Amino acid sequence: MLNSFDILETIKMIEDEHLDIRTITMGISLLDCISGDINITADQVYDKITRKAEHLVKTGEEIEAELGIPIIHKRISVTPISMIGAASDASSYVPLAQALDRAAATCGVNFVGGFSALVQKGFAKGDEILIRSIPEALATTELVCSSVNVASTKAGTNLDAVRMMGEVVKQTAELTADRQCIGAGKLVVFANAVEDNPFMAGAFHGVGEADCVLNVGVSGPGVVHSAIQRAGEDCSMNEIADIIKKTAFKITRMGQLVGSIASERLGVPFGIVDLSLAPTPAVGDSVARILEEVGLECCGTHGTTAILAMLNDAVKKGGVMASAAVGGLSGAFIPVSEDEGMIHAVNEGSLYLDKLEAMTAVCSVGLDMIAIPGDTPAETISAIIADEAAIGVVNNKTTAVRIIPAIGKKVGEELEFGGLLGSAPVMDVHPFSAAKFIRRGGRIPAPMHSLKN
Amino acid sequence: MRAMLTVAGKDRTGVIARISTTLSNHNVNIIDVRQNIMGGDLFAMIMLVELENCDISFPALTAQLEADGVDLGMKVHLMHEDIFNAMHRI
Repeated sequence: MLNSFDILETIKMIEDEHLDIRTITMGISLLDCISGDINITADQVYDKITRKAEHLVKTGEEIEAELGIPIIHKRISVTPISMIGAASDASSYVPLAQALDRAAATCGVNFVGGFSALVQKGFAKGDEILIRSIPEALATTELVCSSVNVASTKAGTNLDAVRMMGEVVKQTAELTADRQCIGAGKLVVFANAVEDNPFMAGAFHGVGEADCVLNVGVSGPGVVHSAIQRAGEDCSMNEIADIIKKTAFKITRMGQLVGSIASERLGVPFGIVDLSLAPTPAVGDSVARILEEVGLECCGTHGTTAILAMLNDAVKKGGVMASAAVGGLSGAFIPVSEDEGMIHAVNEGSLYLDKLEAMTAVCSVGLDMIAIPGDTPAETISAIIADEAAIGVVNNKTTAVRIIPAIGKKVGEELEFGGLLGSAPVMDVHPFSAAKFIRRGGRIPAPMHSLKN
Repeated sequence: MRAMLTVAGKDRTGVIARISTTLSNHNVNIIDVRQNIMGGDLFAMIMLVELENCDISFPALTAQLEADGVDLGMKVHLMHEDIFNAMHRI
């Protein structure tokens, strides 16, 4: 039998330190649902999802009960809908979003992602239609998440798409203004989007993937925080990095176990484990508090970027040996509204948008779940997206923007989403215009290091 | 399948009796058991149990054991053995 200390450590991680499996996400290809009639396509999309994911939630709950580890979300990701709608002559893909929403509700999952388009190098027939459909699609559905990839290291940045997405983000917030602008919280603008990400709102099922796969996203900022706390004040940074690696290893092993059991029971191949530290608004489950535990008075101050870089790297190094296949975003997430410590840092006046932007250069995602004033011009939102895309393109990494214009609100007020999405204090943006730059359109060419062949 | 059962709380009489009665009522075999009294009055017990012939579902057994825990004023967990092996054995 295992030693008592190990057994009690596992129980403590789950009971007191919020260790959980954040999500099991089933990726489903919809390429065989394409037809010339949008309504027939919608029916086929509904049928395929409900057939493939029929037992997903039940199986997840069974595993949760047997292993004694919470699996917080069960989700579905699908092929980017711009490709699925393109064969029809429809001028809006809202019916497909509604079919996704109905299918997700029938299966009982928490979210479905993939109302998406990949336009880093230009627009195919379905892409522009999809992008124009996003505001209404997100306003008239509950569970659908949307993402648009506007840049990649290989292709550069599609500035026309960036301009369009600034407007779309704003319209989406406006259409859901009566619901805390939540539509914009389900919309991600990517650079270097990955095809096997299990996390929302950016999950979609890439065309290079198998017909149906299961991906797992782990969590566990609280466990890392407690491990550093126990190590005490005298640890050097290399010792801290080592503690994080060991902890990440243990967390990732949970993800690997849950994924392999779920894939066996569902008869679906196991894709990847995304070994991310995903915070929740609960006290003791914060990435910002990890940075503070290492030695910052408040997250956002000088030193934040350095510690986050170390954390992000150590999580990957620890997790990679624990899993048969690592993928997705893998690293540390820094959403503001979903992290109790980040919210605190913003309210204390320690964390600003510019610092968050710097942090995104060294962690696994981008500007995430950040509320900005409702009267922010669309061009400014586009410029924020362009900056983030530049960081992703040049650093060969995924970056994303999920910002929420808080319609009718100003700095000092907040949006209250509830649940895992938390609450977002409205943060200040630069008042000076970037409209002239955004209006130029065209493409920012790919950087020199895209030429690797 | 094998599972790890842990019971922890303030020491009192009849803890092992109550838990093992529930296990025995449902044909659950105790393979290994370890029990300590820590710091004077903290009771901590870890059992490895075999559920192959258990006559009720895993969640139902968990619920009964947790109910025993509530009556005893103790925290009871029943978890699949694999989760511990995955985390602590390479």
